Amino acid sequence: MNQYQEISLNGIWKNNPALVQLLGLCPLLAVTGSFVNAMGLGLATMVVLIGSNVSVSIIRNAVSDAIKLPAFVMIIASFTTCTELLMQAFTYELYQILGIFIPLIVTNCSILGRADAFASKNKILPSALDGFMMGLGFLLVLLLIGGIREIIGNGTLFANMHLLFGEAAKNWTLHIFGEQYKGFLVAVLPPGAFLVAGLLIALKNITDAKIQQRLAQNKVKVAKGSKRVRTTGQIA
Amino acid sequence: MALLKITSPHVHGTNSTSRVMAKVALACAPGIMALTLWFGFGSLCNIILCIGFCLSFEAIALKLRQRDVRFFLSDFSAVVTALLLGIALPPFAPWWLIAIGSFFSIVVAKQLYGGLGFNPFNPAMVGYVVLLISFPVEMTTWLPAMANSQGLGTIEGLAQVFAGHAFTSLDAYTGATPLDIVKQNSSAVLSDLYQQQSVFKNSHFAGTGWEWVNLAFLGGGIYLLWRKIFTWHAPISMLGTLAVLSALFYDGGSSSSPGSPLLHLFSGGTMLGAFFIVTDPVTSAVSNKGRVVYGIGIGALVFVIRAWGNYPDAIAFSVLLMNFAAPFIDYYTQPRTYGHVKKPGKPSQK
Repeated sequence: MNQYQEISLNGIWKNNPALVQLLGLCPLLAVTGSFVNAMGLGLATMVVLIGSNVSVSIIRNAVSDAIKLPAFVMIIASFTTCTELLMQAFTYELYQILGIFIPLIVTNCSILGRADAFASKNKILPSALDGFMMGLGFLLVLLLIGGIREIIGNGTLFANMHLLFGEAAKNWTLHIFGEQYKGFLVAVLPPGAFLVAGLLIALKNITDAKIQQRLAQNKVKVAKGSKRVRTTGQIA
Repeated sequence: MALLKITSPHVHGTNSTSRVMAKVALACAPGIMALTLWFGFGSLCNIILCIGFCLSFEAIALKLRQRDVRFFLSDFSAVVTALLLGIALPPFAPWWLIAIGSFFSIVVAKQLYGGLGFNPFNPAMVGYVVLLISFPVEMTTWLPAMANSQGLGTIEGLAQVFAGHAFTSLDAYTGATPLDIVKQNSSAVLSDLYQQQSVFKNSHFAGTGWEWVNLAFLGGGIYLLWRKIFTWHAPISMLGTLAVLSALFYDGGSSSSPGSPLLHLFSGGTMLGAFFIVTDPVTSAVSNKGRVVYGIGIGALVFVIRAWGNYPDAIAFSVLLMNFAAPFIDYYTQPRTYGHVKKPGKPSQK
C-alpha cells in the first residue's frame, strides 16, 4: 500500500474524523437534521480542510513552534470566512439555515488536528489529499446521519435539495413511506442525532471486529514443531 | 441423627427479582382498576398491548445478545416496565405508538445498556418521553373521566387502537387533564376554574377521577412500603418537596397560581411516579441519604416544570434528569463504613 492509498484509507475508514476520532461532533450532531443541511456543512468543512492543509503545508518550514498554533488558527479562520462569504453569495437560504455553524467550522477540532498532526509535517500533495480524504470521510458520515434522520424523522429524502443545486433539484424529494407519514420527531431532534451517531459507531466497530476475525481465520496456521527456514541472498 | 453442616448466613431473604417485581405488579392493580373505572378500559387495552410488545422485544433482544431468554423473561422486570408505560400512556393509544414506546423502553433504554441492573435510565420513562416529544398530539389526548358511561363503546375504542380511526366524534371524548386546565387557565381565578371546568365536576380537590386514581396508587405504594420492597426515603422526600413548593407558591388561588398542593399531589402522575418510578432500585441513588437528595431533586423539578415549564406534567422528565444525577449523588453521599472515620468534605477513597 503506497502513501496515498494509506492516506485515503485513513481518512475514510480507519481514522475517520467523525466515527473514530470523534472530532467535530458539534456540527455532526447539530446540523444533520436533513440530507441537504448535512451536505452543505460537509462540503464547507471539506473546502476549509483542503485549503488549510495546503496552506499549512506551504508555510510549515517558515513558522516556528512557538507561534505555530495561532498561525494555523488564522489560516483556518480565513478559509472559513471565505467559505462563509461564498455560501452567502451562492446558497443564501442554506447559509441562513446553517447559521452559526458555518463560522463555527473554525472550532472544528478535526481541521486544527489535521493541520497540526499531518500538514505541518508533510509535503503539499499528501497534505492536500489528506485534507480531501478526511473531509470526504466527515462528509460521508454527515450524509449518512442526515439521510437516516431525515428518512425516519420526516419520511423524506433529498427534500429541499434546491437550496444547494438550484431550481432543477426542486422535485428530487423522495417520500419513502408515502405522503401520509406522520414523522417521528425524535429523530430530527437532538436525541436522534446522538442515537444515530452512536449506532453508526457501533456498526463500524462490529464491522472492524468481523474483518479482524476473518483475517485471523484466513491466516495459515503454523504447525507445532515446524522449523523456520533461513534464506540468504537474493531470490530472483 | 447427623447434624447438617451449613455455614452462615443461616437466615435467607425470600425476595428474588421475580418476587419483587410480582409484588410491584400486584400493587399497581388498585391504580389500574381506578383508571378503568373512571376512564374506560383504554388503559387496560394499553397495558395488554404493552406487555405483549415488551415481552416480545425483550425476548428478541435477549436472543440477539445470546442470553438465556426464559430465565431473564421470568424475572418480570419487562412486565413491570410494560405496566408502567401502559398506565402512563393516554387510554386507547394507537398500537404503533405502544410498539414504538415499548421498543425504546426495552431495546434502547434497557438491553442496549446491558439489561436489567445496567440501565442508567428508567426504561418506562425513556419510552414515555420519546413518545411525548415525538407525537405530542397523540400523547396529550386524554379521555375525560367517565367517558365509558357516556357511551364510548368497545368497538369504537378498538377501532381507534388498531385501525387509527379517530372516534366519530373525537372532540366529544377527548379533554384536557386538570393540570392542563390550571396551566392554560386563560386568566381565570382557581375557584372559578373549579366551578366552570367539567374536569373538576364532582371532584373534591384534584379533578374528577384523577384524585381516585392517585389515591389508589398511593394505596399500592403503601402496600409496597409495608412489604419493605423499598424504603420511605425517596417517595416521601419527593412528595414532601412537591407539597412544600406548591404551598409556597399557591398564593391563595389567583389566576397566576400554579395550583394548590392537593392538586399537585393528587393529579397527573404524582403518586404513580412517587411510589412506582422514583423507587426503581436500579436507576435511583443507593444510600438512604442519597435517596432523600434524589427524591427532593425530583419533587423540585416536577414543580418547576409544572409551574413554569412547557409541559403540564413532569414526572418523566424529572425522573430522567435525576437518573443522570444519581451516580453523582451516590458519590457525595457514601455512607461511612463501620470502623472508618469520615474525613470532612471528602468522599472516602477506596
